[in-house]
Amino acid sequence: MMNGFFTRLGALVKKEFTQLLRDRSSLLIGVVLPIMLIFIIGYGISLDVKKVPTAVVLQDTSPTAQDMVSFMNGSDYFEPRYVTSMREAVRLMDARQADAIVVVPPRFTQQLYQQRGQVQLILYGVDSVTATMIKGYVESGLMQWQQWMSLLAAADMGSVTVVSRIWFNEANTSTWYFIPGIIVLIMSLVGIFLTSLVMAREWERGTLEAIFVTPVRVLELALAKVAPYFCVAMLGFGLCLASAYYIFGVPVRGSLWIIILSSMLYLLVALSIGLTISALTKNQFLACQVSIIVSIMPVMMLTGLLFDLRSVPEWISAIGYVLPPTYYMQLLKTLFLAGDNWGLIVKNNLILLGYAILFMALAFKVTRKRLD
Amino acid sequence: MQELKIFLRRLKFIIVKEILATIKDPRVRIILVIPVIVQSIVFGYASTYNLDNVPYALLDHSRSALSAEFAARLDGTGIFHRAATLQSSAQIADCIDSDAALLVVVIPQDFADRLHAGVQAPLQIITDGRNTTTAGIVAGYVGSVVAGFNAALHDGRQLLQIETISWYNPNLITRWMFLPAMLGLLTFIQVMILAGLSVAKEREQGTFDQLLVTPLTPGEILLGKAVPPILIGMLQGTLVLLVARYWFAIPFGGSLLTLYLTLFIFLASSVGIGLSVSAISNNMQQVMVYSFVLLLPMVLLSGMATPVRNMPEALQYATYANPLRFAIEAFRRIYLEGCTLGDIAFNFIPMLAVASVTMPTAGWLFRNKLS
Amino acid sequence: MEKDFAVVAEGLTRTFNDAAAHKKIYALRDVSLKIAQGRMTALIGPDGAGKTTFLRMCCGLLRPDAGSLLVLGRDVVRCAQEIQSRISYMPQKFGLYEDLSVQENMNLYADLHGIAADVRQKRFARLLRMTGLAPFTDRLAGKLSGGMKQKLGLACTLVRSPELLLLDEPTVGVDPLSRRELWEILQELVKSEGLTVVVSTAYMDEAELCDSVIVVHEGAVLTQSAPQALRNLAAGRCFRLQPPTGVPTRILQACLLDDKQRVLDAVPEGGVVRFIASDESELRDLDVYKYFAGLILTRVEPRLEDAFMLLLRERSGDKFNNESFPIDYRSGFSVGTDVDIEVRDLVKRFGDFTAVDNTSFNVRRGEIFGLLGPNGAGKTTTFRMLCGLLPATSGSLSVAGMDLRRARNQARANVGYVAQKFSLYGNLTVDENLHFYGGVYGLDDARLDERMRMVKEQFDLAGVGETPTEQLPGGYKQRLSMAAALLHEPKILFLDEPTSGIDPLARRTFWRQITALAASGTTIIITTHFMEEAEYCDRIMIQDQGRMLALDTPAAIRCQDGRHLPNMNEAFIAIVERARAAEKGKL
Repeated sequence: MMNGFFTRLGALVKKEFTQLLRDRSSLLIGVVLPIMLIFIIGYGISLDVKKVPTAVVLQDTSPTAQDMVSFMNGSDYFEPRYVTSMREAVRLMDARQADAIVVVPPRFTQQLYQQRGQVQLILYGVDSVTATMIKGYVESGLMQWQQWMSLLAAADMGSVTVVSRIWFNEANTSTWYFIPGIIVLIMSLVGIFLTSLVMAREWERGTLEAIFVTPVRVLELALAKVAPYFCVAMLGFGLCLASAYYIFGVPVRGSLWIIILSSMLYLLVALSIGLTISALTKNQFLACQVSIIVSIMPVMMLTGLLFDLRSVPEWISAIGYVLPPTYYMQLLKTLFLAGDNWGLIVKNNLILLGYAILFMALAFKVTRKRLD
Repeated sequence: MQELKIFLRRLKFIIVKEILATIKDPRVRIILVIPVIVQSIVFGYASTYNLDNVPYALLDHSRSALSAEFAARLDGTGIFHRAATLQSSAQIADCIDSDAALLVVVIPQDFADRLHAGVQAPLQIITDGRNTTTAGIVAGYVGSVVAGFNAALHDGRQLLQIETISWYNPNLITRWMFLPAMLGLLTFIQVMILAGLSVAKEREQGTFDQLLVTPLTPGEILLGKAVPPILIGMLQGTLVLLVARYWFAIPFGGSLLTLYLTLFIFLASSVGIGLSVSAISNNMQQVMVYSFVLLLPMVLLSGMATPVRNMPEALQYATYANPLRFAIEAFRRIYLEGCTLGDIAFNFIPMLAVASVTMPTAGWLFRNKLS
Repeated sequence: MEKDFAVVAEGLTRTFNDAAAHKKIYALRDVSLKIAQGRMTALIGPDGAGKTTFLRMCCGLLRPDAGSLLVLGRDVVRCAQEIQSRISYMPQKFGLYEDLSVQENMNLYADLHGIAADVRQKRFARLLRMTGLAPFTDRLAGKLSGGMKQKLGLACTLVRSPELLLLDEPTVGVDPLSRRELWEILQELVKSEGLTVVVSTAYMDEAELCDSVIVVHEGAVLTQSAPQALRNLAAGRCFRLQPPTGVPTRILQACLLDDKQRVLDAVPEGGVVRFIASDESELRDLDVYKYFAGLILTRVEPRLEDAFMLLLRERSGDKFNNESFPIDYRSGFSVGTDVDIEVRDLVKRFGDFTAVDNTSFNVRRGEIFGLLGPNGAGKTTTFRMLCGLLPATSGSLSVAGMDLRRARNQARANVGYVAQKFSLYGNLTVDENLHFYGGVYGLDDARLDERMRMVKEQFDLAGVGETPTEQLPGGYKQRLSMAAALLHEPKILFLDEPTSGIDPLARRTFWRQITALAASGTTIIITTHFMEEAEYCDRIMIQDQGRMLALDTPAAIRCQDGRHLPNMNEAFIAIVERARAAEKGKL
């Protein structure tokens, strides 16, 4: 059986590489797209609330009132804009030039000393994520001021203050957790989308019919298909890793070799899924649609890239925990930002290995050297 | 008049043909309808930063009545659930690393003493920065609990009362902002690829030549190709809208007419991009690859998940070529804010510009592309 | 005993599910046959007869539903891999990797078959020499012409000497020159290596070169015998009839075909009409004698094609629907003087490659004008420029007085177009397709209904109105393409290889329709690679490598260097070879 196995495999792998190098579209997805995405993620987008345009309506202009809202001045988080009337503040909000309005009512100072001080915070709730963050920032700013004031007022009881530390992400930047996410996305893209597309093309163009009637085995065909896209994906992975580390300063706290090994394992899973899809659809349009539906969208929405799986409804997180990329995502985030957590590494890699075996077996089972 | 009648008649025939050709395959019908519904429901549930279950770990060095009271207050919120009670600082790392807790609350030894002494008692919270958004929100929640605790310490006497109102989304539910965005996102992906493939498919199957020798003008062919994906997009949009309005019961604040007009203009620009991609591609695979390379950056830069305001200025300008950005903004504002046509008129300009550049380009490329 | 046979089939049956009609279609029904070792066996039969299914089953690519199939003594279901390792197979649409070069494609197959380097070198040299691909080893397969692609496919299939070689229509769509070359390669290898070959083909002259012929029809074997024995079936019933001057052979042929009772088949050939009579004794009563005087009848020897047509006509009975296209045989048959198409100094270049070089011709109203040439000769490019699908680099052309490319779109309403590949919408039904094309050609509702009913009747499409066109057999598809192109009753009809891939019976019907259309004043431009079909044309133009080599009547073209060549095939080869030799001489 092994007779000629390596010759044939070698020939097929060589053919795949030649085709890959001549087909610009594969390199577009394998190389150009990852670079583009990593730069968009690195420079372009951020969930961090910074420089929130805030309209401040000082209907009481006493020094006390001004002192209260002064935490916004020169802050990284706010860009206050002092206006005199509520009407103007609302106009700014409607024109989308303010995301929050802080209203200090008339006679505020007076009421404050009667311990009935009131401040109103109006949020632009359409962008609820930002609004939630702004709410936290404004409230904590005001609370701090209050505590300082109550100390001055010499209360009989102290108050609690919060000292917040963000673990693993000292820079408190969303880039740090987006980048591992984007690596998962790219690996899934090359593994599932590109592989299923190129394999479906072979089915569609009938190139397999002649190849089938040779001593070649299904295993050799599948392995040969996997090899070049494995390399393309690893190239994309390498580019992402290097730019994450060198350009965006994302820390790599875990062992590099574990990151690489886990990535290879996940790639095997993705490639096998791609092969399975193409063997089942044998049609480029359907392969494309199915791979978008099973790879890109779930990776973005269900694996913890944007939303924490611990905060979604249970059945959604159950779906998330069925998806292989979820485990890879956990691994990458932890390995990048936290370090070697052996329990997690062993557990998730074992799960990925299980998936790899499962999908490889499935791909192998549905790919037959037959046309019916 | 006669000319117009002939034009409309031919247009009718080509549109009917395109629709039939698209939806004849039952597999395609399924793939155009079911995923939209399933995705809008599943992603609707998935898209939440509203943490209603925050596992936390407590490390109480104080072991005082006050610290116990504070912990009870946390547990009483219904949001914080104690996942572990730690004995020493050494256990903190493992607790967060292993994802057992999103948050560790450390109450220092002198907590009660300081409070009784009338000075500030710092409370340490440690959050998991692997998702900074979640971390920020959790910190905000703890802040509210602390504020309540402080007020109770002073017998309800409080210098300052903060009244927070949030407009258009009183409880700041994340889903409310994601579902209107889904209206743009879910239609965009399929409509663009559908439009892109329609011409490439005819080219690959040889039917395009047959079409070109008929008396149809390039404009008519273009319109014929553009209308069905737009209609399919409108249908998909309606499905998402129904899911948002009736499944998730998100109150609809605007006018349906405005919403559909926006959807129409947005889809026209998406179809324009798809058709242009189609015109420069030689085969279906190229269409899919090119669409994809355009699609992902457009989705990332759409402001769906991350505010456009946070982007560098240069990129913000680049997003003017991204109809998805303006559509998502408009959908959210119409749906939640109830914006009128006048309020969002500006959003139409980039979308219309994209449509009016891509459509004629595609039309010209159809006929003049060298084969 | 069994091992003397390369293939042994016993009660072989294979069905496919027709999802739309919820029924099973038999591709092969209870087929039993034996194919001998060391010989060439031809598989002939109309389109959809089950030839491809049979070959694929021999390769283990399809499983039989019932019956057994032994290839090289092995069962195809249980030993598929072993068989696949020992045989070679060239599918109809050979899946060359178009983005790999000639050399790379061949290397791939040699590696897959595990050919040692020294053996490979000799083998490759020989294959490249025979196929004439030696100068193009670095060219990408996708950039080769159709004929060269087929030769490369054959070369890839023959990288080693297989125990059994299966070829599925290796010459379909290939011009006579390339076809002859392919068969020379094949015959040389069979002779030197004693190959066992099974080849399916639509060309009867190719089947005649084989040792044994199997005729397949509707999934069943009609007969299996040596070509000579098969030919004898038609012995004594084949005749030729020479028309009087001024009567085109196609008219005479149409008249003979209309005489269904007495004539089984008729085909124009070398200026006369060859036909098969049902009964020798009724020859004097033929209808043609009522219309034409001065006919000369001679008896001829039967050919394989005659026997084949005879067998098919016996099975499928009356397939000719000539009544829908009546021809008045008493009227005159001269082509008018009005010029419908005028082409002057037409040139088309792609980069520095000249696809069409300085071509001029005109076509008169009611004329049938044929464009002939090897693959890659420029006939499709010329054709596409005429239809306005491709801009000309220089020169002028006018169709019905206008350049279709620049003309207002209404001008295109005068033109009908049938593309080379079936190019109606596969997932739409017959009615939906017709409705669409009628609509865009501006027929109003009443007229559209009437025309749809009419063409469906004319082209025998009644009853399939609700069938998605992709499920129609090849012959139906071809008729539907014609029906769609004729819905709006165009003055000029463009036909690009309309008869490739359809069976001989359907081809007769097709040309009978064309003859009637031309007789009623429709101008017809047609490309074809069936050289014998040039006989139907009033004038033909032969192109090679972009240049116009000949433009004349078939009779004049058959007369080369003062010799009268018996058929168009030979005339074509003579003209192209002479031109190529002249080209070489110049260099």
